[in-house]
Amino acid sequence: MAQALITLPKQIRAGQRVTVQAMVAHPMETGQRADAQGQLVPKDIVRRLTVHLDQALIFEVEFHAAVAANPYVAFDLRAQTSGRLRLKWEGDRGFSHVEEVALQVT
Amino acid sequence: MTAMGAAGASGLWVVRSWASSGPFNLAGTATPALQEALKHFAAGAAMQRGRLKIDIDALVENGNAVPVAVTYTGPQVEGVYVRALGLFTELNPAPDVAVFRWPAPAAGLQMPARVSTRMRLATSQGITAAALLSDGSCWFDRVEVLVTLAACIEES
Repeated sequence: MAQALITLPKQIRAGQRVTVQAMVAHPMETGQRADAQGQLVPKDIVRRLTVHLDQALIFEVEFHAAVAANPYVAFDLRAQTSGRLRLKWEGDRGFSHVEEVALQVT
Repeated sequence: MTAMGAAGASGLWVVRSWASSGPFNLAGTATPALQEALKHFAAGAAMQRGRLKIDIDALVENGNAVPVAVTYTGPQVEGVYVRALGLFTELNPAPDVAVFRWPAPAAGLQMPARVSTRMRLATSQGITAAALLSDGSCWFDRVEVLVTLAACIEES
């Protein structure tokens, strides 16, 4: 199971613009690197991050090999009501990780 | 440090080509792979230079994880939003870095659209960012980055 980290303000005022930071543990193997035996390490990267606020898809990211290991993304959102923020990372070799956080709007 | 000091003294590495008048142009100096990637991103829209701010260190010591932020700085027009922001390189093995998409303005995010991530830089090169707007226009800009220790060379 992969590990992921999401940070956002604990309490948000309705309509306030907040920044969400998200990171997932993943080596992001580029497919360009050789191991100690000189063999190319096969490409193995996170391909996609989708962000849902409750049912609605609000943001998505398409990653390529040039994104650093443990892909990090910061994006902004503005919420009017409390809800659940659901982040899903998908990648090569069936990589999939879902992380949910509560969005507390006051 | 000596090399850095020398470069610093001559002011070479502080050059950032945010201005719209740089020598770089899409038809000429951009690498074919970058042109192809930008064409794919723009999906047929004509690309104009400007309206983007790329925040990245002009001098990078380690190319393995370089913080970069892209902001669309164009005027806020009622009903127009940024559909996508893209980040591209010229001299990495592949031009694409990441594409960020907002499916609808109701996404909660309106102008100015802003994202950040951490990228790999294989060598000193230009970084190009592009924005695709819901009114069909497409904008790009480019900055130069000097890398002293490249990504992708370390052995495990």
